[in-house]
Amino acid sequence: MTKLLEWVGGVLVLGAAWALVTFDLLDLSLPQTYKEVAWPMPLYLLVTFGCYSLATVGYRVATFNDCEEAAKELQEQIKEAKEDLRKKGLKI
Amino acid sequence: MASRKTSQRSQPDGDKYSVLLPTYNERENLPLIVWLLVKYFGESGYKYEIIVIDDGSPDGTLEVAEQLQQIYGEDKIVSSPLVSGLAQGTAYIHGIKHATGNFIIIMDADLSHHVMFVLFVRKQKEGNYDLVSGTRYRGNGGVYGWDLRRKIISRGANFVTQVLLRPGASDLTGSFRLYKKEVLESLVEQCVSKGYVFQMEMIVRARQLNFTIGEVPISFVDRVYGESKLGGNEIVSFLKGLLTLFATT
Repeated sequence: MTKLLEWVGGVLVLGAAWALVTFDLLDLSLPQTYKEVAWPMPLYLLVTFGCYSLATVGYRVATFNDCEEAAKELQEQIKEAKEDLRKKGLKI
Repeated sequence: MASRKTSQRSQPDGDKYSVLLPTYNERENLPLIVWLLVKYFGESGYKYEIIVIDDGSPDGTLEVAEQLQQIYGEDKIVSSPLVSGLAQGTAYIHGIKHATGNFIIIMDADLSHHVMFVLFVRKQKEGNYDLVSGTRYRGNGGVYGWDLRRKIISRGANFVTQVLLRPGASDLTGSFRLYKKEVLESLVEQCVSKGYVFQMEMIVRARQLNFTIGEVPISFVDRVYGESKLGGNEIVSFLKGLLTLFATT
């Protein structure tokens, strides 16, 4: 099963459950509060996910390591390498 | 009585590491990366070879590779140039044919990968992983030379990838990896994408085939970014590739 199919399946199942409760499709005579809570759920979940995404990406950008040491080390290694290669006869 | 010479690091397992370096216009960087690999592999005691896969570079990279062969020996430096234009996978397939090691290390030839391959070797041995992926996003992995915009794009794209593909690896577009030779062979056959989407596809397929994946933090030193900013085109092709993987795997 591809990821796309998993998502489509998931959306269909959740969508059916939501519609069932919100629009009382099976005439289950659910209390009014159930319908009132269920109705805005999709929007609410989307907004929550949006906030979570922003917060997560923001956090990850803020804690993205800057490899100063690696860059410095690389510069030194390059110098050393050029010297040594020149001695070994490399012509560029 | 015969005296026995024991090497400093014993190698009971006889593992050999083939480093694949696809190159295009890397005549300045190639000697440096080869020098670094020779130095650090030499110190580590592990058996290795470096396979330079040049894609017809007009700047003379191939001649530089041949000079390096003279300096270090043809058993250590193998030059295996491509004849025509390539897809990423082709370079690897080509390189694997000439590889005599049982492990393959792939990395960039432009010195963006800090040559700490020993971490990969050790990690692989730790869990006998089928592949070890270098990650910029975990542990003390990171980047140098990226501005805020670039970091946001990188983390944002990775987040979208994680949500859509749930790949079980933190860095999908990285190209510093260690594979068991037979694992790389079977993966490369299956992957059809190009560029960094190819790298993503490799990991996704590896998960599908239930290969074990280990991770090692790496430093990515970007000396090229100043010249080639990540443009709209690349973002679009990344998204296309991501959606293709989403729909087909």
